[in-house]
Amino acid sequence: MDLRYTEAEEGFRAELRAWLDQAVPLLPPKPDRNDWPGRRAYDTAWQRLLFDAGYAGLHWSVEAGGKGATPTEHLIFLEETERAGAPYVGANFVGLLHAGPTIDAAGTDEQRRRYLPGILRGDDVWCQGFSEPGAGSDLASLRTRAVRDGDDYVVNGSKIWTSHAEVADYCEMLVRTDPDAPKHKGITWLIVPMDTPGITIRPLETVMGTSEFAEVFFDDVRVPVANRVGEENDGWRVTMVTLSFERGTAFVSEVVACQRLLHELAALAKKVTRRQETAWDDVALRRELGHLTAEFEALWALTKWNVSEAQRSGVPGVGGSVFKLRFSETKQKVYELAHRLLGRAALAVDDVAGLPGATLMDERLSSLSYTIAAGTSQIQRNIVGERILGLPKER
Amino acid sequence: MDFQLSEDQRDLRSGVREFCEGRFDRERMRALVDTAPVPGMVDRALWRELAETGFFSLRIAEEAGGVGLGVAEAVLVYEEAGRALLPGPLVATHLAASLPGRLGEEAAAGDVVVGLIDGESWPLLVEHLDALDCLLVLTDDGIRRVDPALVRGTSVAHPVDPFTPVTAVDELPVGEAVADARVVAEWRRVGAVLTAALQLGIAGRLTELATRYAKEREQFGRVIGGFQAVKHLCADMLVRTEIARAAVYAAAVTLDDPAVGDAEVAVLTAKVMGDDAATRNGKDATQVYGGMGFTWEVDVHLYVKRSWVHATQFGAAEENEAALAATL
Repeated sequence: MDLRYTEAEEGFRAELRAWLDQAVPLLPPKPDRNDWPGRRAYDTAWQRLLFDAGYAGLHWSVEAGGKGATPTEHLIFLEETERAGAPYVGANFVGLLHAGPTIDAAGTDEQRRRYLPGILRGDDVWCQGFSEPGAGSDLASLRTRAVRDGDDYVVNGSKIWTSHAEVADYCEMLVRTDPDAPKHKGITWLIVPMDTPGITIRPLETVMGTSEFAEVFFDDVRVPVANRVGEENDGWRVTMVTLSFERGTAFVSEVVACQRLLHELAALAKKVTRRQETAWDDVALRRELGHLTAEFEALWALTKWNVSEAQRSGVPGVGGSVFKLRFSETKQKVYELAHRLLGRAALAVDDVAGLPGATLMDERLSSLSYTIAAGTSQIQRNIVGERILGLPKER
Repeated sequence: MDFQLSEDQRDLRSGVREFCEGRFDRERMRALVDTAPVPGMVDRALWRELAETGFFSLRIAEEAGGVGLGVAEAVLVYEEAGRALLPGPLVATHLAASLPGRLGEEAAAGDVVVGLIDGESWPLLVEHLDALDCLLVLTDDGIRRVDPALVRGTSVAHPVDPFTPVTAVDELPVGEAVADARVVAEWRRVGAVLTAALQLGIAGRLTELATRYAKEREQFGRVIGGFQAVKHLCADMLVRTEIARAAVYAAAVTLDDPAVGDAEVAVLTAKVMGDDAATRNGKDATQVYGGMGFTWEVDVHLYVKRSWVHATQFGAAEENEAALAATL
């Protein structure tokens, strides 16, 4: 067990840190949460800076145009990026962490040449067309149909919870090509340009009153057969091969951010008072903060454990579900605590009386989604129970 | 960075597991608790055999006759001890083995059973007093050595953990100083991490027991592990165990190499997460076993009770959480 970074890894960290110090100030001011074109421009500008500096697609294979960095280097990259206050993948999330790796793993040479450079440069933004109104946790029950017609598939149906749909150039999409096959078979993975006629995007308003994601309707949308990644009816396997990438290092930045947030909450607790006593004077509250500190310290150790395991084996382990489950539930508790600390200042999603309510209450509302998005906690518990512990499936 | 077990560490772990299964299997464990009178939980012959496998001398330098390994290896050994529910003041004797002179040598060899208490709290309860050759008393200023025969107190009739007899102490003799404040600080850290490792072993064993039972026990015509309500209890137990494992191993590595992190935070985290995993897994495992889990016959309660004992050693959750908050 060795937690010491190698000389090469330390060198990489130092070089990256120096670059971040001069690159982050070049960024424009952060756009408003609801300003999708602004958000796209901001995130893709950052991606372009990364590309020009040679940091784009760090964890991608060299053949795909990436750097073929080790999981540890990727961990260092995300840790340093977060510490420097630089943006995380943002609008480039699907392209960089899912669609790109999938095309690299299962696509043709032509598809790699055509789509991967645009993702790395920040020219193209992707969205994910997996979930449907009737197929969320039970993803394989999706019903959006694609019927072969000459050199095209004709797609009809709808997708939901599609982040960045309004500003995306492409959609990585799962469609049903054989309705008679068992539900995990008969699914195909398609690349759909978002400007194809027949696509309608309807933003969905979230509990925050923002349009964080959209519903996307497909009405006789013609997609060339050449846009199919992998074999027809083999889309489920194609998806599963790369879905775990999302879980390997996806939360590195967030663990670092949560550790910083706990320091901010401690400062807040020393400021707010009730009946002349500060919240910090309350030992129960301090214990809660201390417990959360232990949780994130342990989650950081678990991140390093999982990353080292991935580095040894070359594939992300099943530990992703263990991590996702505990992380999302613990992060939710941090914002519950922030909510209580704000007291009556929590009546506003604004900064009131100099307290950071705008951020904290916005995140408090947002935190309701942590245990739903990217696989609900209930699904994660099934995965842990069935795939790790070998318990039988229900039914 | 390679935060995974090395080949040698894997071999060490499997060797210790084999030893525990061979010398202190379930039958012997149950025989001890079902028939042996309290006290008498420390078997001198087994104690020496434990010493031979390096339980106490693991971190002593090779030139001094030890094994010359670090806290990273010690946590793997103590995790197995926790898993096997080995009784006795293992951590205290391990710490005593690092003392210079005869006491250290005898502790390393398994010739003496050494107990330890933190004398700065009240009420003062000593574990295994009747079995001890030596009792070490920790204060912020240093460590004193006390003759167990001179300790005035009352042996408790019903200890919560049947393997851990306890004596409520009225008065401690002053004893002789054997180490200074610097040693106390180090012992408190190593002791907390090794105790957290015992808790990790307990948490993992409880997960195994509950999962195995969930795969066998049938209700409503199918095994209960297929029901989400039960499956999710088992999943939570595994998650707690793996989080505690990462925390305990990271703390051990940090004690061996302070350059890789904040030792203070890492140690407190290990104990908080180890205690949390063991005690909460104890509750959930009992729940999975249902009515059977509430019987003396099923082993689960023995793990629950031991986890409660360890949760009071080298810092309880209250202190550790408050100490962590103070680092913010």
